[in-house]
Amino acid sequence: MSIQKIHVKTTINGQPEEFLTDPYVSLLDALREIVGLTGSKEGCLDGNCGACTVSVNGKIVDSCLVLAAEVEGQNVETVEGMATAEGLHPLQQAFLEEAALQCGICTPGFLVAAKGLLDNEPDPSEERIRHWLAGNLCRCTGYENIIKAVKKVAENS
Amino acid sequence: MVNVSDSKKYKVIGTNPIRHDGYDKVTGRAIYGADVKLPGLIWASIVRSPNAHAVIKNIDTSEAEKIDGVFAVMTGKDLPQQEDQFIDHGEGTENVAWSSENIMATQKVLYKGHAVAAVAAIDRYVADYAASKIKVEYDILDAVTNVEDATKEGAPILLNSLVGDHLGKKVKNTNVASITRHEFGDADKAFASAENVVERTFTLQMVHQGYIEPHNATAHWDEEDRIKIWTSTQGAFPVRTSTAALLKLDVSRVKVTPLEIGGGFGGKISVYLEPVVSILSKKSGRPVKAVMERSSVFQGSGPAPGGTIIVKMATDKDANIVAAESSIKLEAGGFPGSAVGAAVQCVFAAYDVPNTRIDAFDIVVNKPKSAAYRAPGSPQVAFATETVADELARLHDMDPIDFRLKNAAKEGTRRADGVVFPKVGNIEVLEAAKKSDHWNSNLGTPAAGRVRGRGVASGYWFNVGLKSTVNLSVNSDGSIVLVEGSSDIGGTRTSISMQAAEILGIGVENFRPSVGDTETAGYADVTGGSRTTYATGFAAVKAAESLIEVLKDRCAIIWSLDKNEIDFEDGTFFASKDPELKFTFKELASNLDNTGGPAASSGSVDLESAGGAFGTHIVDVDVDTETGKTDIARYTVLQDVGTAIYPAYVRGQMAGGAVQGIGWALNEEYYMKDDGTQANVSYLDYRMPTALDLPNIETIIVEVPNPGHPFGVRGVGEVPICPPIGAIGNALHDALGKRFYDSPMKPGRILNVLGKISD
Amino acid sequence: MHPFAYAAPSTVKEAVEILTKHGDKARPMAGGTDLLVQIRGGKFDLDMVVDIKKIPELTEVTSNNEGIVIGSAVPCYQLYDDDDISKNYPGLIDAATLIGGIQIQSRSGFGGNLCNATPSADGIGPLIVHSAVANIQGESGSRSVPVEEFCTGPGRNALAKGEMLVSISVPNKGKGFGSAYERFIPRNEMDIAVAAVASSILVEGGKISEARIALASVGPTPIFAKKASSFLIGKQANEASFKEAAAIARSECSPIEDMRGTIEQRQHLVEVIALRTLNKSLERIEG
Repeated sequence: MSIQKIHVKTTINGQPEEFLTDPYVSLLDALREIVGLTGSKEGCLDGNCGACTVSVNGKIVDSCLVLAAEVEGQNVETVEGMATAEGLHPLQQAFLEEAALQCGICTPGFLVAAKGLLDNEPDPSEERIRHWLAGNLCRCTGYENIIKAVKKVAENS
Repeated sequence: MVNVSDSKKYKVIGTNPIRHDGYDKVTGRAIYGADVKLPGLIWASIVRSPNAHAVIKNIDTSEAEKIDGVFAVMTGKDLPQQEDQFIDHGEGTENVAWSSENIMATQKVLYKGHAVAAVAAIDRYVADYAASKIKVEYDILDAVTNVEDATKEGAPILLNSLVGDHLGKKVKNTNVASITRHEFGDADKAFASAENVVERTFTLQMVHQGYIEPHNATAHWDEEDRIKIWTSTQGAFPVRTSTAALLKLDVSRVKVTPLEIGGGFGGKISVYLEPVVSILSKKSGRPVKAVMERSSVFQGSGPAPGGTIIVKMATDKDANIVAAESSIKLEAGGFPGSAVGAAVQCVFAAYDVPNTRIDAFDIVVNKPKSAAYRAPGSPQVAFATETVADELARLHDMDPIDFRLKNAAKEGTRRADGVVFPKVGNIEVLEAAKKSDHWNSNLGTPAAGRVRGRGVASGYWFNVGLKSTVNLSVNSDGSIVLVEGSSDIGGTRTSISMQAAEILGIGVENFRPSVGDTETAGYADVTGGSRTTYATGFAAVKAAESLIEVLKDRCAIIWSLDKNEIDFEDGTFFASKDPELKFTFKELASNLDNTGGPAASSGSVDLESAGGAFGTHIVDVDVDTETGKTDIARYTVLQDVGTAIYPAYVRGQMAGGAVQGIGWALNEEYYMKDDGTQANVSYLDYRMPTALDLPNIETIIVEVPNPGHPFGVRGVGEVPICPPIGAIGNALHDALGKRFYDSPMKPGRILNVLGKISD
Repeated sequence: MHPFAYAAPSTVKEAVEILTKHGDKARPMAGGTDLLVQIRGGKFDLDMVVDIKKIPELTEVTSNNEGIVIGSAVPCYQLYDDDDISKNYPGLIDAATLIGGIQIQSRSGFGGNLCNATPSADGIGPLIVHSAVANIQGESGSRSVPVEEFCTGPGRNALAKGEMLVSISVPNKGKGFGSAYERFIPRNEMDIAVAAVASSILVEGGKISEARIALASVGPTPIFAKKASSFLIGKQANEASFKEAAAIARSECSPIEDMRGTIEQRQHLVEVIALRTLNKSLERIEG
């Protein structure tokens, strides 16, 4: 395939990042295959499961439906940016304490999505949490403990 | 066997430590199959049949081979020729010749999605592009996509080589791979004289396990003719066994590294991609990775069978069940092997019935070859039995839980297929349900325009034992490395370590557990059958007990005593005659130099049976009678777990299985078009519950310890998917006054049953 | 998937040039949530995807007393995060909060939803009942098309070669106007509508002076139910009129049977939802 690659300059988890990509490559694939951040997961590639959720300029998106080229000059945040040298993000800690994961494949997507909610609405109702997270599928937990974990962080903040 | 006191004063068991693999999983560091990176890695893309039933006339790969960036192509002819032979991979046997045809067809395609060729190329996009250039010519045949059509006169025959075993008689030219009958007592006589007889026919549709992570496999066939495989699997050793058999190699030539797995539920036991990427690696000289697209997961992996189930039950005037009969027809998919055998074991398991007859039919249809899905066969029959039981209870004007209690299977009851129950918790669970807040609370008021109803249903799964190994090594700082071979789908690294920790009297945070590969872990059968905390935990207990003996030896050396003068209690080793001479585990660990080498131990089990598990679920549904929309207003899961080792994760299994059952009951199905292909091959139209579709799922743990396990563990993973379909059907009846005999009970069906529409 | 190049022009003029040059081998991309799925599924073989989000006026919503103009790349969240728009155009917000989930609403919007022109689109019915107009630009200049004329078939729209949608104008109908959109889906989110109805009424002195009813997922395009709509003109705004209108709306739909629903089911739902949205529209006027 002989289409010219695109040079993308972006910010990922607060750090400047530059890479070359074919124009038809998704942000998800660029993160996983080019930048090397495999935390965002592939579940369906058509925007129905949320396993690939990342945040672009503070808005949660399905990265499988974003072209890598689109994030030129944007701020991308993935699950890998949630913990810092000081420790886990409160959501990550709550997920562990509340057993909000079983197989864990949906967990990065849920964490980024939940962070997207709490960053803007620190005290959401349970209904609001469930509505916000409706775009993230979990097949293992029945969502029970995920909702508990998000509520726990909301109540403690 | 360690004598564990009944008082259940455990130090570690029953607590909820942070799981050992938790930090990696919440930070995105954990490596799942698709995350694997290797030098020189290239990607595979699979070509799949667009037709439900066809003869392969020709495959032309020439154009694909010329594309820049393509390294290798293959067809089914590149897999070794197989004779009919059966291999045992722990959760059943498979016919290798058919498995090979399923992995890549050589003669016929038997379902849309059936793999026919594959390409390996420099990246995924080139591989997909090249795959689209492979030309396959088909002679299309008529397709049958349900058990009724497959058994009609004149139905197209899927497998010419299939010789059906119909009650011992060999039958050719059939789509019915097997017919079995289990009979006890005299059902016909009992039916003839019964007070009430209810006979109903139920239909269910094919459904998928729906794990969020698609199938994946990476293989490298090296210069030494050894194959290394990295895959998300429920069992590295079964993958090794299957792949070696399919490639006609000794098992020692195949090394399988199980990566983290994003859900399996039974669907990631059979191999689909491993032999394909192995062959492509051999042909290209590179490591090759394949990841299934979601549409290929639906159409090219192993969904759960639908079918037609007839249940007939009869009671005497005192509401004792006097006879029960069932005909179970399940769809095997393109090749034989549906879960019909397990269905036979479960259909009447919850009831003590003196006269039974069960006929079971394994029927091939033009759909993907079915595989295990969480208690395979049991949810299907539970829908039928639990609905009929509800009808009978109402005929007797009896509380449905009381009806089940009156007829409850218990220790000593003979299951219809001949197994006699050891100690089981069916009655305890039913009694807990009867006492529960949910069962005793008012229905409450539904939202405007809705009607509410309540239903209850039970379910059963026998669970399995099988083989596991655990190896322990002591570190000088008092920590223990625990290596086992059971893929960790939901916290079992920790639940296994907790059992060893309890025996050794140390905290579980001192364990460093890992799931080894086939060259570092001792043999383990599949993570499935609800066996992992049970059997691998049992192996951990044995390893811990062995370790105590090893360490007692070391104390004897250190204190110049005889071994039988050393005691161990509560994590402390001491000299029986001089208790001041003692070591904590940690102290001893740092004093092992010059005592005979590094301290290690091993435990292995091969368990013939497991403690069966019963569950009862209560559900309140709200129905919008104008649209047929059903919402779950309240849901309670009650289950006998034996002993809850890791309660938060036990509850997780209960809630998770229930939610899969809710999806199965309300919306999930393979919607088949007239041409025999599946229409809904995306998560958009294969509708699994989202967080917004559910209330809180209440879980009530009942513990009737399993006498066959040192801590009383019963497998918990599977039984919770069994009751929901029946419970929801019964709740809908309570709300609407109409019975449902067809699943899913989707909105259109509800409108139809209510008479609002006729199609 | 046919490999494609990517362009991100900063003016409409540039975008139109590229689209004209490549013809049907290029398509504009707003949120990409339909387009990328379609390209991957082989529906389109494109040489070029034109990202229109770097064109400032296409990502803006302007509002004044006359109404609002929604840029064709404006995502759903930008509408429902705006308090004024949420207050004054609740019938549009009904749809904006329904398209996919939050992740989809961060990217997708009415512009792409309209151009995608599927019969089940959530955004089109509400636009129709608001008398919205599609503003188009091409090489030969600009033109406007009422939204109800924009979709010409399943997945086909009125854009000619080289043309693109630049904005959607939604008039402010003032006091006495109420609208609502509801769809039937088997789950509570994330589904494509089995059947859906958007309604709007303008009530003056208890009588309906204007009415629009639009149906989705029950024909090859979203349907402007003209008979049901004109029936309501001059009628009292009450349950009885709404019931009759709903029955007429039912007769104006031509659904098919597919994996999402059967024919009768959809006809039945149209009648049920038409009534519900008319009632809701009235509630919004009164409340």
